[in-house]
Amino acid sequence: MASIVVFSILAVVILGSALLCVTTKRIMRAATYMLFVLFGVAGLYFLLDYTYLGAAQIAVYAGGVTMIYVFAIQLVSKQTLQGMVEHIKCSRILQGLLLSVVGLATVAVVFLKNCFISAATTDELPMDQIGTALLGSEKYQYVLPFEFISVFLLACIIGGLVVSRKRED
Amino acid sequence: MVPVECYFVLSALLFFIGVYGFVTRRNLIAMLISIELVLNAVDINFAAFNRLLFPGELEGFFMTLFSIGVSAAESAVAIAIIINVYRNLKSDTVDSISNMKG
Repeated sequence: MASIVVFSILAVVILGSALLCVTTKRIMRAATYMLFVLFGVAGLYFLLDYTYLGAAQIAVYAGGVTMIYVFAIQLVSKQTLQGMVEHIKCSRILQGLLLSVVGLATVAVVFLKNCFISAATTDELPMDQIGTALLGSEKYQYVLPFEFISVFLLACIIGGLVVSRKRED
Repeated sequence: MVPVECYFVLSALLFFIGVYGFVTRRNLIAMLISIELVLNAVDINFAAFNRLLFPGELEGFFMTLFSIGVSAAESAVAIAIIINVYRNLKSDTVDSISNMKG
């Protein structure tokens, strides 16, 4: 019962912030609302007893990615700070609404045609199980993607530096 | 215990809010923020389905974990490109990037 109440609060926060995020005219406010959405999603992970995932979500998304966005917004233009006046065409809103409603209807059809069999959940996922699965090389263990993602992050750092560097020509 | 359908409905709604934002906004950073919403919706699905339907396994958990890392890298590169676009074109809307239009 308590978890349903917590879920409802989180759902209202997530959906409300997401709606405000895509409808607000000011880009700085959109970034702030995105931060609320990310915190809400982290709360969902905590509710699912995936504590490690929630901590990673807060550390990487809310701490890292949002900071990158705020820096970019500050760097890109002054007028976005005072409130960007973005003219959204009416036809484009209709187009977006149509696309979303059609997609949502498709998902709803798929959803209503299936029934889900919930399994009995266990307690909180222990950290040593996550650690052995993350760094083991057996079946159902994930050391290869782990190493790949570290190389990938390095490549992205170098790529980002190369792309955003000032050209001396 | 929250039923898995609730998570499904929530993430479907979040996904299509993100799609709506991606279609309507023309500012590059706003479009990127909408993509983040879409990615988060998918992550919720992975985690909830793993936890509530297959609690003994960890595939969805690690998919979500790696997806968080990949989207962090993606947004860093995308921001670098956006800053570069702004430096060259003095504009931050997608309509201004038309050099490679056929």
